[in-house]
Amino acid sequence: MSTNGSVGLVQPQRLTFAEDEPFQLDSGATLGPVTVVYETYGQLNADRTNAILITHALSGSAHAAGYHQPDEAKAGWWDDCIGPGKAFDTNKFFIICSNVLGGCYGSTGPSNPDPATGKPYGMHFPVVTIGDMVRAQGRLIDHLGIDSLLCVAGGSMGGMQALEWAAHYPHRLKATIPIATTAHHSPMLIALSEVGRQAIYADPAWNNGDYYDAGLKPDAGLAVARMVGHITYLSEESMQQKFGRRLQDQVRYGYEFRSEFQVESYLKYKGHNFTRRFDANSYLYVTKAMDYFDLSAETGSVAAAFANSADLRYLVLSFTSDWLYPSYHSKELVSALTAAGADVTYLDVQSSWGHDAFLLEVETMTKLLSGFLERLVQSEQVALPSGFPPTVPPKEPTKTEAAA
Amino acid sequence: MRGEVEPSAPPRPALSSGSPVLLRSDLLAIADMVPAGSRVLDLGCGDGALLEYLVHSKQVMGRGVERSEEGMLACVRRGLSVRQGNLEEGLADYPDASFDSVILSQTLPFLNDPAMILSEMLRVGSRAIVSFPNWGFWRCRLEMLVAGRIPQVVDLAERWHEAPRWQAFTVADFCDFCHHLDFGILEEIYLSRSRRLQSLRYKNLRATTAVFALQRL
Repeated sequence: MSTNGSVGLVQPQRLTFAEDEPFQLDSGATLGPVTVVYETYGQLNADRTNAILITHALSGSAHAAGYHQPDEAKAGWWDDCIGPGKAFDTNKFFIICSNVLGGCYGSTGPSNPDPATGKPYGMHFPVVTIGDMVRAQGRLIDHLGIDSLLCVAGGSMGGMQALEWAAHYPHRLKATIPIATTAHHSPMLIALSEVGRQAIYADPAWNNGDYYDAGLKPDAGLAVARMVGHITYLSEESMQQKFGRRLQDQVRYGYEFRSEFQVESYLKYKGHNFTRRFDANSYLYVTKAMDYFDLSAETGSVAAAFANSADLRYLVLSFTSDWLYPSYHSKELVSALTAAGADVTYLDVQSSWGHDAFLLEVETMTKLLSGFLERLVQSEQVALPSGFPPTVPPKEPTKTEAAA
Repeated sequence: MRGEVEPSAPPRPALSSGSPVLLRSDLLAIADMVPAGSRVLDLGCGDGALLEYLVHSKQVMGRGVERSEEGMLACVRRGLSVRQGNLEEGLADYPDASFDSVILSQTLPFLNDPAMILSEMLRVGSRAIVSFPNWGFWRCRLEMLVAGRIPQVVDLAERWHEAPRWQAFTVADFCDFCHHLDFGILEEIYLSRSRRLQSLRYKNLRATTAVFALQRL
């Protein structure tokens, strides 16, 4: 049993369903066949009770931990928290992470071929919701033979999925960990999403989403969308620390319109980099899914949405400098859950990193996650997977034994 | 605030079932007032020492409210269910009669509106358990008389001008307060430093610390 290590080399896997009977979407449209790409780390225990589903954010993928190739420079997006001896300890838990419906990292999305035409869906791909993403995850969990997850955990859009699981499928999980998220997307968040989408629409290369066979992609539009996104992931304080008013590669102002300030070239670099790894149409679909997210829509209030989910345990986390999903969104959620009688642990973690903090405050997060999960393991009497020694340290040998 | 308070006495092991837990004598007095298996809310639960003891030794369903991140992290490490927030936030969300006991330990002198907090505690829980330092203790009285200074009590580290600010009061003041607000006194335990007073005679003179269980009349 290794500690604080990497899960090592991992292999993405695929599940395809809805080949005969199409997958029903919240919009009323149908989709089929549907492919979900996923990765798993650690081992399922004999009674299949140690599974944790990790849900990713807007630009994430199923690749949450480890490496695809031995020489890969960057590990999976939440490698800091997933692995042997880490917060989501793969010596104890069977960790699952899948790419969302509508995404561009292998799960069915607008860049995949439409079986009706054989050409990429583009804007013919049906609009999907967080609810649809979670139902697709449900099919994956069925496929893996798991009745009930120990926990669903995720930050940002991943947190919305974690909340959706808790509110709509309380019988299929014991606990949920929504991090830096909200129970309903606010008008400000919708507005920021829309600026990103408008940047993509305005790029002539977008061509109403039909660009897959053309030589050009709407990279300029997607890059601007990503730049806006990046601003919202930082805080004024973290920008001040990271860049200040420093100039990139000159000493004096050039009095010209090129990227002079460090913050400008950082955003440009991030925007450009993003176009190499993300599909513009997926950006539209996934941001749209977030905009529709409102757990109070059906029931009239967030508390009512969790009325049947009071038996779950919740670990809700927000970050003091996060202005994209400010602490009061989490506090509102915590109030609603408390009123519903749920077991809620909540902390507004002190951090200057803004929304990005949920990936950066590893030390504090590890303390919180491992403490919370350890309590779950004990209260749910979760057995360790076979082949792993029990967590209880072996007894110190007595003197006679040692001498013998 | 409990975390900032100097313990009134070195902790002694609690000799109840389960593994021995080191608990301060005033916290142990509170624990003695909590029925086993009941529902408990600990307001300002600090590092969670009392709540952990209650959960493990008395099998209570425990919840805590704590303001500091440091305290919160310690509580989560102990496997407790704790919310960050101030007392008002901690109380407002709970429906009426959600708990059997609501605990407020060594925090009363710091409250701006103790009547409101105690009323809320007795809305959320059927009984309130409070502990506080007693400025009626004979040494406090002597210090006031001889030195002419506001006495420093054993349970509070802060001096009169340091934040958070406290308001001195005595066991007699508190009894008047309860009478005035129709809070009935169910149980009372008095400590002289870590030692429990066996008789209630001259309690306001002899006690350094008082622990009360209250209910609405």
